[in-house]
Amino acid sequence: MLALIPLFPFLGFLVNAVLGRRLPKAVSGGLACAAMLAAFAVALAQVMALAALPPESREISHTVFTWIKSGDFALDLTFRLDPLSALMILVITGIGSLIHIYSTAYMHEETDSDFARFFSYLNLFVFFMLLLVLGSNFLVMFVGWEGVGLCSYLLIGFYYVKKSAGDAAKKAFIVNRVGDYLFVLGALLAFVTFGSFDFQIIAAKATAMPPEVAFGTLSLITLLLFGGATGKSAQIPLYTWLPDAMEGPTPVSALIHAATMVTAGVYMIGRNAVLFEHAPITLGVIAAVGAATALFAGTIGLVQNDIKRVLAYSTVSQLGYMFLAMGVGAFGAGVFHLYTHAFFKACLFLGSGAVIHALHGEQDIRHMGGLKKGLPITYWTFLIASIAIAGVPGLAGFFSKDEILFETFAHGHQVLWVMGVVTSLLTATYMFRLVFLTFHGERRSAPATASHGHAAAHDHAHGHDDHAAQGHGGGHGGGPLHDAPPAMAIVLIVLALGSVLAGYLGVPHALGGHNSLAEWLKPSFAATSTALAECNVPVSLPGAPAGMTMAECAPGDAVPAVASAAQTAGELAIPASAQAADAHEAPADLGHGAAGEEDKTQLELTLMGVSSLIALLGIGLAAFLWLKNPQIPASMAARFPGLHKLLLNKYYVDEIYDAAIVHPIQTASSQGLWKVADTRIIDGAVNVTGYLVAGVSAVLRLFQTGSVRSYAASTFVGVVVILGYYLWR
Amino acid sequence: MVPIGHYLILSGLLFAIGTAGVFLRRNVITLLLSVEVMLNAVNLTFVAFGRQFGTVDGQIITFFVMTVAAAEAAVGLAIVIALFRHRESLSPEAFTNLKW
Repeated sequence: MLALIPLFPFLGFLVNAVLGRRLPKAVSGGLACAAMLAAFAVALAQVMALAALPPESREISHTVFTWIKSGDFALDLTFRLDPLSALMILVITGIGSLIHIYSTAYMHEETDSDFARFFSYLNLFVFFMLLLVLGSNFLVMFVGWEGVGLCSYLLIGFYYVKKSAGDAAKKAFIVNRVGDYLFVLGALLAFVTFGSFDFQIIAAKATAMPPEVAFGTLSLITLLLFGGATGKSAQIPLYTWLPDAMEGPTPVSALIHAATMVTAGVYMIGRNAVLFEHAPITLGVIAAVGAATALFAGTIGLVQNDIKRVLAYSTVSQLGYMFLAMGVGAFGAGVFHLYTHAFFKACLFLGSGAVIHALHGEQDIRHMGGLKKGLPITYWTFLIASIAIAGVPGLAGFFSKDEILFETFAHGHQVLWVMGVVTSLLTATYMFRLVFLTFHGERRSAPATASHGHAAAHDHAHGHDDHAAQGHGGGHGGGPLHDAPPAMAIVLIVLALGSVLAGYLGVPHALGGHNSLAEWLKPSFAATSTALAECNVPVSLPGAPAGMTMAECAPGDAVPAVASAAQTAGELAIPASAQAADAHEAPADLGHGAAGEEDKTQLELTLMGVSSLIALLGIGLAAFLWLKNPQIPASMAARFPGLHKLLLNKYYVDEIYDAAIVHPIQTASSQGLWKVADTRIIDGAVNVTGYLVAGVSAVLRLFQTGSVRSYAASTFVGVVVILGYYLWR
Repeated sequence: MVPIGHYLILSGLLFAIGTAGVFLRRNVITLLLSVEVMLNAVNLTFVAFGRQFGTVDGQIITFFVMTVAAAEAAVGLAIVIALFRHRESLSPEAFTNLKW
């Protein structure tokens, strides 16, 4: 049953890839949507079945076949559904379905074959993403990990006739490759260390180890894995590809570069929560990198003028939040933010898509304004999602972001908390700058020629040029605007509803909720009891019968576990019993008790108040600067030209990477590898071999005279010489 | 009984005559005849040794050689006829085109 979930999108991909060119748009688009909806239905049924199980044994496994068998090593293609992957598949197939439906309207200008190509890529992406999420071991995850990277490349470069799109696609692929390399190293090191690729076995064996205070193998494994996550999830230092990835069609930005693929790194850390918990050094690095990325991307987002780029930097910033949560050990909070973010960021991207659609390819917010009247549905949904991401109380973003900030503070990371709060202010400000500049005020049109060049540069393949000329040439408020067509409008409304309601799955205890999402996810962040038993890790009974199922575990690993059983009994009691309760809050609670619980609630409410105020302050600031006094930002930019240019040029990080990495590699490749190693050494060796053979043959061919008698003579002489040798030896 | 050495000497002489014929004569048909002489020199040694050791092996091999020689002569003569039609010559020096 579980295998059906990825199978449906894969079938959709196959049909559209093979027959798509000959199918009308309604059929190819409908097929892709049907595949997604079927996958969503199966996913929903499976998650229901999962929820019916008792919390401690919530797990459904399905082994499709044995993938690799070599000597003692065996690896199955196994899908495993647990609370964490259940949430992920619902997000992927649910939001994926919505975005597929949206795309049928958004992409309707394309030719039949491009339309089918688009949907086949989109379905293939969902297939790989589901493989990534459902895989029960590192190798299956890696197939999905690489597959989504491939689809990301294909879809960023969808308008491949545009040079900028092709370049952005290559950039995304290559930058991701750097991260993937680290990921593979991490996975292989984990295999060498634990003797298995299976997440649960690794988790069970890691449970038996003491947390690594000094830098060691676990820290190295987790750091390498986190390196992979920085590539896929666009964190410092590998985030530069994501803003450029906005060259792809807008639904792609929504699905891949906001809601699903870029969260793979967060998911991967959540999946290996036990491993990461045993490497405090790595956790510190993750938290610092996450907070830094959140702040850094937030400041860039403040001055960008391309509607999609603002959202892209916002995505990078929000991913930073998720990593901050993972880094402070609040895995549930990070995944919660992943889940709410999927709703409002998808809604924002699709809303921006509707704007771009209505303006025929215009993406520069300086040329927008006053779209509120023309695009009411887009405006209201966009506004709701903006409020949600800003963190105004009552909407989805508030709950998840506050949980992250609270956990950060509660774990004693005050500096990171300040960074998070400042980012929160920035988030509210740049999001409402976007709202006000796009939808409020007067319609600002670019000079006709400039707008033409812009539209052509940005979205030529999508834009309809005759309309663009009419829309922009007519001056202020020219051409009538058409709001999102029904397929797009419905999706926007559903996602806006989600942006409001999604957070209510995780209402914190401080507000009288039950934080049911955190409860639901908790079993996924600890080793399961079956895996612990399988690996012979002494949990409840140190003297449990040895050698129950030793097959899965390397024999050497059981020995230290047993040997240190007495010593680690106390430590094991915490992960084993407290992880069933609340692993990451356990240390905070230890010294407090009931009074501490009271303090905690007090603290949480205070922090909540602070961040709510911050969010409203950010919105007010944006209203003050861009709605009431639009001359102030301009004069500020004029007063601090250096800072403004620095932000506008994204801290020159791209330029620095170009100068430090890309340029040296290019020079070394062309001057060294090409002109010396290739033309001289490799080509030279081949050519010399050829000349040598030709020269020797020129001499040897003289022996071939064509005269039968000289051949016979040489045969005769040869026989005489050989016989002579044997006779007079 | 004639000692084996006589047979071997005769056989060696015949073989030398055949070899010299192959290298010295300028007629393709004579070349073929010389080859036959060489083959029969070998046949003579086989038979001689067969007689010396009182076994029939030598005679059996000789029959094989004779069969092969007959086939070789048939093919060889056919080739000679074909070559002659082509070049109006029987000298081996006329047929040296088969080279690079």
